[in-house]
Amino acid sequence: MTAIASLRPRRGRNVELLLLLFAAAIVTLAYCNVEIAVHDTLPPDLLYGVAGLLGIALTFHVVLRWRAPYADPILLPVATLLNGLGLVMIHRLDLAHDRTFAGGLALKQLTWTALGVAIALGVLIMLRDHRVLRRYTFVAALTGFVLLLLPLVPGIRHPVLGAQIWIKLGPFTFQPGEVAKIVLTIFFASYLVRTRDALSVAGRKLLGLTLPRARDLGPIMVAWLLSIGVLVFENDLGTSLLFFGLFVAMLYVATERVSWIAIGMLLFSAGAYAAFLLFGHVQTRVLLWLHTFSPEALQRSDQLAKGLMGMASGGMFGTGLGRGRPDITYFAESDFIIPSFGEEIGLIGLMAMLLLYAILVERGLRTAIGVRDGFGKLLATGLSFSVALQCFVVVGGVTRVIPLTGLTMPFLSAGGSSLLANWTLVALLLRISDQARRPMPDVVAPRPRSSEDTQVVRVR
Amino acid sequence: MNNPIRRLSVVVAFLFACLLVSTTTIQFALAKSLNARPDNRRTLLSTFGRERGQILVAGKPVAQSVPSKDEYQWQRTYTDGDLYGHITGYYSFLYGAGGGLEGSENDLLSGSSDKLFYRRITDMLVGKQPHGASLELTINPAAQKAADEGLGNQRGAAVAIDPQTGAILALVSHPAYDPTALASHDTTATEKAWKQLTGDKTQPMVDRAIAGNLYPPGSTFKLVTAAAALSGGKFTPQSVLPGPAVLDLPQTSVGLPNEGHRPCSSSGKVTMTEALRISCNPAFGWLGMQIGADALRAQAAKFGVGDALSIPMRVTPSSVPADLNPPQLAQSSIGQYDVRMTPLQVALISAAIGNGGVVMKPYLVKAAVVDSDLSVVDAPSPQELSQAITPEVAGELRDMMVGVVHSGTGTPAQIPGVSVAGKTGTAEHEVGANPHAWFTGFAPATNPKVAVAVVVEDGGNAGSEAAGGRVAGPIARDIMKAVLGS
Repeated sequence: MTAIASLRPRRGRNVELLLLLFAAAIVTLAYCNVEIAVHDTLPPDLLYGVAGLLGIALTFHVVLRWRAPYADPILLPVATLLNGLGLVMIHRLDLAHDRTFAGGLALKQLTWTALGVAIALGVLIMLRDHRVLRRYTFVAALTGFVLLLLPLVPGIRHPVLGAQIWIKLGPFTFQPGEVAKIVLTIFFASYLVRTRDALSVAGRKLLGLTLPRARDLGPIMVAWLLSIGVLVFENDLGTSLLFFGLFVAMLYVATERVSWIAIGMLLFSAGAYAAFLLFGHVQTRVLLWLHTFSPEALQRSDQLAKGLMGMASGGMFGTGLGRGRPDITYFAESDFIIPSFGEEIGLIGLMAMLLLYAILVERGLRTAIGVRDGFGKLLATGLSFSVALQCFVVVGGVTRVIPLTGLTMPFLSAGGSSLLANWTLVALLLRISDQARRPMPDVVAPRPRSSEDTQVVRVR
Repeated sequence: MNNPIRRLSVVVAFLFACLLVSTTTIQFALAKSLNARPDNRRTLLSTFGRERGQILVAGKPVAQSVPSKDEYQWQRTYTDGDLYGHITGYYSFLYGAGGGLEGSENDLLSGSSDKLFYRRITDMLVGKQPHGASLELTINPAAQKAADEGLGNQRGAAVAIDPQTGAILALVSHPAYDPTALASHDTTATEKAWKQLTGDKTQPMVDRAIAGNLYPPGSTFKLVTAAAALSGGKFTPQSVLPGPAVLDLPQTSVGLPNEGHRPCSSSGKVTMTEALRISCNPAFGWLGMQIGADALRAQAAKFGVGDALSIPMRVTPSSVPADLNPPQLAQSSIGQYDVRMTPLQVALISAAIGNGGVVMKPYLVKAAVVDSDLSVVDAPSPQELSQAITPEVAGELRDMMVGVVHSGTGTPAQIPGVSVAGKTGTAEHEVGANPHAWFTGFAPATNPKVAVAVVVEDGGNAGSEAAGGRVAGPIARDIMKAVLGS
């Protein structure tokens, strides 16, 4: 016993620092690759670029040492690497489109990165314990639904390619769905923690599945109506799938009932099929998905076709960064950044990137298993699963697994809303993981002495 | 709640597995077919983005890629496009690479040929931009020019080859076209030029010398008939053949008339040498029926008729029809009926006679060279196709052909101081149309340096007055002179 007790808990901060340096090195190498391919020289501002990225990452690292010393050491390096690679690709596309650095998307993205990290650090510093978030259950619900429906409000709505998931405020465009993702996950988590007992009450058995009671179907019906509404009115299967899938997954984790998944999938399939039959714009999306290269589809949009041809031209090993033609595809730096990477770093590189996301999600789920409170478990599960689902929706969309949607790839795609939301998401995961990995308070085996005062144990 | 979280992580693994499968499908399994799609701009741009090899004639580029400021990076330019258009072909963003060497040697020019495999790897390792190999041609610019000027505004084709090696010295087809217009990066201009060229009834983009509809060879085919007769052993150049005004043909009331319905001699009988000199139709019709269709076809095949040659452009195989009845055989023996030949094939027959009966494989590319270090990737050595006739028969035929140019139908092809061997042809091909004028031959008669075949469609500018010797003879003479003079 004493031997075990004397072991110092592993914080992993040094591992994190090492991995961060490694991530920065990979990004630097990628940046040099692009510049050499395009300009034949090393970038003149190499030191500033590397210093900028390292500065942001190291600041985060220092704050973690200070405020969340037990946080998962893998999350930050993975997010930094993805964010950095995204920056490189956006810069590369700036070059292809003859955009100057000052007027390009890369500088914007870098600014948003800094802002996103700043907000994430704010969250880490202010939020000492994730359980505080439970207090805001219904505020989160209201905010989430409002954000989700915001793109339909006349005056600020901003349809892009038929999908209404953007809003426009003055010169800024924003995808409120990205923020709604986090806010709604908080709501789902705290709501389900409260109601899970009621929702997991046994009902009738049918075909080996224990069905819930009819009166407990309320919440899932609300979520379903909302997601089908998003599909029909915002014309975005991705957003719809993301929220409904997230809800069903969290419902399942909360209640440990497989029947919820069955009911959810049944409802969603039926709803999506009905929407397909009823609405022309949904049919167009399906046509583009199933018959990408048919003349009818190409006439409407050859974006998906171009993205696929880009990926194909990359082949196994890719053309090399800066040496392909990803700029031929529209939205190559946002929705289609995955085909851009596929083209230039090849199947091998793309697989490595997908595995980075898988690692991110896996660390999140590991956190959920490790944390001790139900709310934390649900929140960490929801946040991680939302990343997985979003990757699936985006990459699946551009590789014809599912119809194409307007969602952005977390950390990679150009876009402020996505960066802000995802850095905050990582901050929340880090906060929860700090709780999960923190050793139990080192209580000296209490000797039952009634005369002793009640001990107060500080968690930190 | 830990168990469902673990199960959820399996779902996550499944989702990512789906993505790994879908990306693999696109970037590995389907990559080839996606890259081959005609509407794939990346494939086009990547081939355009590479420096394409030059096509060189006597060391000077007739087709080369020069840097351009637009997204295509390189502009293909053609020097003397009209003169070399059928040889170079075109390299067009809209219509691909085709028409000539640009099409048939695209792999070498673009640098994607397997012959360049190791070079590509070393280029990649040292970080050099991959580029294509240049092609050094066998064309003799003086001969090419002489052929082009000789044909002038007449439709037709002219081929000159080196009988001893098979190297093609001149390859001209008229009307010509300039591929420059098709290589333009201005797509509307390219489209317009393409429509104009493909819509033109005279078919300027067809290389009549090696492809196209082929021509009836007319009396030039008598060389094959004579070769078959001499090789059979029953006939010699001095054999006496019937030469009436009209040769009676079995199974039909229509006879085989001589030119102008005159007998070939006052006696109605001629030697084979004399028959060839004055191009006596009845004598060769009779001779064909004596040796038989099989022997005639076999002899033609030995000269290369029916072979699918590539020089490296694909040459349409010439043909002598099978299952001939006697009248058809008589007609075929003088190069009429359904005998069809490319000018290149006719030139090959002359070349073989000049070369002691040995047919050399014709070729246009002397060497494929990599620019950067001038190392030769591919240099074909002269290659024998067949021994069409014995050297003795070749010598007899040569002497007969010398007579044709010396004092027969081929006198316009005479070159002062040089003994020229030749054969004329005047090929009927369509009722009401003027005959095609032919000349084929080689010079000097012994140890020849050049063999030619010239055809002028529908008699050219001479029209109904056309005779092979008068219309095609001078063109052939000028080409041979150009080769001998250089």
